[in-house]
Amino acid sequence: MVPQTRPDPRATAADPAQCSNGAAAAAILAAGIGSFALGLLSFIGDVSPAARGAFIIWNPSGPLSGVSTGAIAVWLAAWLLLARLWSAHEVKLGRINLIAFVLLGTGMLLTFPPFVDMIQGQ
Amino acid sequence: MVIGVRDLVTIVHGMGFGVLFMLAFSGAIGLIYASATGTEIQLASSRPARMFRFYLISMAVMSWLAVLSGSYIIYPWYRAVPPAGTTDLAHYPQRLLLSNPMTAEWHNVGMELKEHISWFTPIAITMVAFLFLHYGPKVARHRQMRAAVLGFTAAAFLATLVSGFFGAMLNTRAPIGGGPEIILMGHK
Repeated sequence: MVPQTRPDPRATAADPAQCSNGAAAAAILAAGIGSFALGLLSFIGDVSPAARGAFIIWNPSGPLSGVSTGAIAVWLAAWLLLARLWSAHEVKLGRINLIAFVLLGTGMLLTFPPFVDMIQGQ
Repeated sequence: MVIGVRDLVTIVHGMGFGVLFMLAFSGAIGLIYASATGTEIQLASSRPARMFRFYLISMAVMSWLAVLSGSYIIYPWYRAVPPAGTTDLAHYPQRLLLSNPMTAEWHNVGMELKEHISWFTPIAITMVAFLFLHYGPKVARHRQMRAAVLGFTAAAFLATLVSGFFGAMLNTRAPIGGGPEIILMGHK
């Protein structure tokens, strides 16, 4: 009977050729989701006075406190969830990269005031 | 010779965390590129690899310190509301900018963009640092991981560049001032 050998976790962590890319995919997509959340919350705060008021969780920083805290919370929650789902799996990283870059680009665009004004028809 | 506490904190935020972070970018991009073009053998030896990880962690920490100090210490000073009847707006930068149509767009576009776009940097750099911590410098073996690292690093660089530019321009037009002063030399 051939004994089963477990891979040394340190060796696999140091050599991506020998371990799954799931942890990388989770981190990359979560960064895209967090970036999009930042842009989206910033946009919502810009177009909706009610949302702007709701985002004030620390008065001295105003709505920025809620926008930044919300985006960081979404980013970390997405990272935690995706890492739990994908850490032990092989994921199609090309597709994940594409989605993450689209989310990142859209998020950045949504923080650009002239673009937001254009969407609002101003 | 005196310096205001607010001036000092603004200098630490902009020149300490911000400029150091910008300078660190060139090194990080150079090392990531080097690891992507076959010099990973050098980075794979333990000391350079440790140094590179320390370098990326330091960048991530600096980016967090920059956005946190900016958003939660300096920004409240920037957007402070003057008491009714105040005519000298020197210590109320946002109101000072908005009081003149020639400077209002520095707030409406410049600060509105800066306050949000700067938050992309710590998210992106933390992800990049995590990949190198988890997978080591051999991230370069994976074309798609390398593409993600370079793409997000470039986005972080752009976000920091825009934040730094508007930070410098806003501070020349409506500097953060006021608050207690520290005597550096001589007598007040």
